[in-house]
Amino acid sequence: MRLGDLERAVMDVLWDRSPSAAGGLTVREVADVLAERELAYTTVMTVLDRLAGKGMVEREREGRAWNYRPAASREAYIAQLMLDALDLAGGAEPEPGRSAALVRFARSMSGPEAEVLRSALTDEAADRRR
Amino acid sequence: MVYVGHFAAAVAACHVTAQVLLRSRWTWHLPRAALVCWQAIGLAFGLSAIGLALSAGLSPYAQGTGTALRRFTGDLVGGQLPADLRLHHLALVAIGLGVAAVLLGSTAHSLLTALRSQRRHRDLLDLVARDDPAAPGALVLDHPTAAAYCLPGMRPRVVVSAGTLNLLGRAELAAVLSHERAHAEERHDLVLLPFTALRRALPWLAWVRAAQDAVALLIEMRADDAARQLHDDAPLAAALRRFADAPPRVAPVGALGLADRHLDARLQRLNDAARPPRLRGATTLGVAGLLLALPICLFLS
Repeated sequence: MRLGDLERAVMDVLWDRSPSAAGGLTVREVADVLAERELAYTTVMTVLDRLAGKGMVEREREGRAWNYRPAASREAYIAQLMLDALDLAGGAEPEPGRSAALVRFARSMSGPEAEVLRSALTDEAADRRR
Repeated sequence: MVYVGHFAAAVAACHVTAQVLLRSRWTWHLPRAALVCWQAIGLAFGLSAIGLALSAGLSPYAQGTGTALRRFTGDLVGGQLPADLRLHHLALVAIGLGVAAVLLGSTAHSLLTALRSQRRHRDLLDLVARDDPAAPGALVLDHPTAAAYCLPGMRPRVVVSAGTLNLLGRAELAAVLSHERAHAEERHDLVLLPFTALRRALPWLAWVRAAQDAVALLIEMRADDAARQLHDDAPLAAALRRFADAPPRVAPVGALGLADRHLDARLQRLNDAARPPRLRGATTLGVAGLLLALPICLFLS
């Protein structure tokens, strides 16, 4: 199994289980959900470590174990990608290098839609600070 | 001083050629040739701007700029500069080297910024994008707004949103995917990069801004042509029209207004069956080649 697929599988677990487990999940809990894949505890820990390094998950120490939860919702990440895709990431005057990172078919984005996307992102950021 | 004159002439010629190219419409029919012209002009302009200050500073050597630069470096290391090389000469050499540093630095900065946001974008895509049999070879983002783009790189990805799948018919989607694959295969991100960097370094120069805009449009036209080789014109034109009409559109600012003008130009071109003006294209290619050869020869002299 590729590392990218593992990361995705682990994120899916966190996204699907996290809301009920308020404090997030431990490595053991994530490994238990992924039991059918027969992953070693250390593999799951490595993947979570990598995801934390990329800023995709946040962790908190609780007693002797770390609790992991997603840094943002799946929807928020899709919104971020869409902002990139529609060249709205930097606001009205995006940074040239960043804007040049993608090659788009066409940019068709109305003001209200742009606002909805942007506010979805800001809400998410606010949730995270809470 | 003869070298200063040559470099000054090269800068002026770049400026004039850029103006002509910006006004030409043959470029729309031969986007690939036009893109080559722009690359040559961009490079020639950068080299000439560096050479202009350098050659003025090195004029006491009364030799070709390349030779003079080598001797100057030797003298500088040896600590023995010629007597008639004054402070203002040194200042001019410093300006020339400064221009080189700014241009190279701007290119490196643009490249690094792009690479960084590409890596972040790729990481996120790997987590949330999905495959969909409706869009073979592409990734799908579950979002109702229409978007189609290419994430360039060693392993490029073509991405469309669920909104695009709803917006386009099967043939239209196939044309759009071919368009995006052409961007990826021909590395259009790297074609545009020097102009993004030039614009970043010289934001007050109107023709540089216009040139970046023109190159961005030509890239789209080139990718449109690649899609037309595999599909009929009609589905591509229909896809463009659907993106242009995706309602509701509010009077856009900045980049968005630009995109709209681009869509109109691309549509207009698809409807125009005129024969490509090869003679004018070849002439401009020749001129651009000479333009680039001039500063290179001056630096080698």
